[in-house]
Amino acid sequence: MIVFDEVAKRYAGGYTALAGVSLEIRHGELVVLSGHSGAGKSTLLKLIPVIERPTSGRVLINGQDVSHLPRAAIPYLRRNLGLVLQESRLLFDRSVFDNVMLPLVITGHPPRDAARRVAAALERVGLEGRGKEMPAGLSGGEQQRVAIARAIVNRPSILIADEPTAHLDPAYAADIASLFRSFNEAGVTVLVTTHDASLFAASRPRRLVLAKGLLTEDTRPTGRLAHEEAA
Amino acid sequence: MSNWFYLHFRAIAHALRRLAGQPVGTVLSALVVGIALSLPGGGYLVLDNVASLARGVSGTPEISVFLDAGAQKADAEALEQRLKALPALASYRYVPRDEALKQLAAGGLGDVLGGLGHNPLPDAFVLTPRGEDPEVFEQLATEIRAWPKVAHVQLDSAWVKRLHALLALGRSAVLMLAGLLGFALVIVTFNTIRLQILTQRQEIEVSRLLGATDPFIRRPFYWFGGLQGALGGLVALGTVWLGVRVLAQPVARLAETYGAVFTLNGPDWRAALAIVLFATFLGWLGAAISVRRHLAST
Repeated sequence: MIVFDEVAKRYAGGYTALAGVSLEIRHGELVVLSGHSGAGKSTLLKLIPVIERPTSGRVLINGQDVSHLPRAAIPYLRRNLGLVLQESRLLFDRSVFDNVMLPLVITGHPPRDAARRVAAALERVGLEGRGKEMPAGLSGGEQQRVAIARAIVNRPSILIADEPTAHLDPAYAADIASLFRSFNEAGVTVLVTTHDASLFAASRPRRLVLAKGLLTEDTRPTGRLAHEEAA
Repeated sequence: MSNWFYLHFRAIAHALRRLAGQPVGTVLSALVVGIALSLPGGGYLVLDNVASLARGVSGTPEISVFLDAGAQKADAEALEQRLKALPALASYRYVPRDEALKQLAAGGLGDVLGGLGHNPLPDAFVLTPRGEDPEVFEQLATEIRAWPKVAHVQLDSAWVKRLHALLALGRSAVLMLAGLLGFALVIVTFNTIRLQILTQRQEIEVSRLLGATDPFIRRPFYWFGGLQGALGGLVALGTVWLGVRVLAQPVARLAETYGAVFTLNGPDWRAALAIVLFATFLGWLGAAISVRRHLAST
């Protein structure tokens, strides 16, 4: 469970990105966070892996307050999160396989098992057999798929994505949205920010809307959660 | 533990890839490190050779102890007992005044001594001290001078003092040179690693987002610095070895003109290992300082 408790974030210079947000995200939820540019979506997401720290309030992940997590403990928190950023942030001097492998190298995974996991992750995002290719030779949508494969290769229980469809054409964007739905159906908690919430409408997500740093809308889907229905 | 080894193995592979990926830069850095280190390395080698040459040519100095003209045999025996108890003494030899006279006569002064009508020479002891420390020789001579029935103590150690002073000066100069050039090498590595960090900024940021710890990120840079230093050390070793090969014959010929046999020796395996390890340490140190300074800002 992810809990935001009266979280505020003010940047140096006085800009207020979040002005006291409280919300709870349950395990297995698919949450789509939308709002205008500058509404505070990215800042809210960055508080979970402690890329940013709140100015006030608390952020709890599975009961642990990560707002004041010591610097040395942050990497171990991030290893349990899947992170997809607006730009794919791939390493262009390494193959697709090596990019997806990186989180497993960081955790010191045995090479043989790691290779199996990478192959499975690539298959999951529809890029099976393309591990030897270099990222520069892939389309924007494919690069984002590689980034998603990299995010899920460690089998995280929480997947966070910041505008993963921002620079993609509608067809690719719909593909990516369906990928996140499929992860959620497998039991992963998914939190996605987007300008186009309609991409995820078919998944019946919980919809949050931020405006000027405040939570202005929180619409829960009717009926059971997607992964509960799948079960 | 196996995970620790695996992570180091990955870091070494990463560092080697970086070194191999920029061959010109790697070779130039190794040459800079190697040539700079060959100066103190060569200097140390020259000092080592000079020290062994001096030992071989001159041997250990002796102390001559001359007794009073009126000293009796019993006095000489008492003195001998005291000499036996000295731990700083390696050996001694008693030279009675008659034997000394015979030696002088055999040396061509027979006519002069015959004209004197009596033996003017005193009984004497010739002492060989332990070790090579001139300070110890001096202390020994001073102690014996104060003994009864001792007329004169002659210590011929001026040349030993001069040699030791010269060698000490040389060692200090080599140490200072090594320190200065070592500092320069640390700066060279510091800058190389700084550039590496700048070019790998994206990789470092992504790795951090994916859960990389600081040691994970630092490790390849440490190995890079250490390996670059080691390569430089090997170049230094090669340069010194080449210098010895080139200079050995001319030096031997020069020694021959002084009637001496002298071979210029290259570094033994201990010295070779020390040069490579020292260079590796400097590379690691430069990397460590640079990583500490620059990774905090990424």
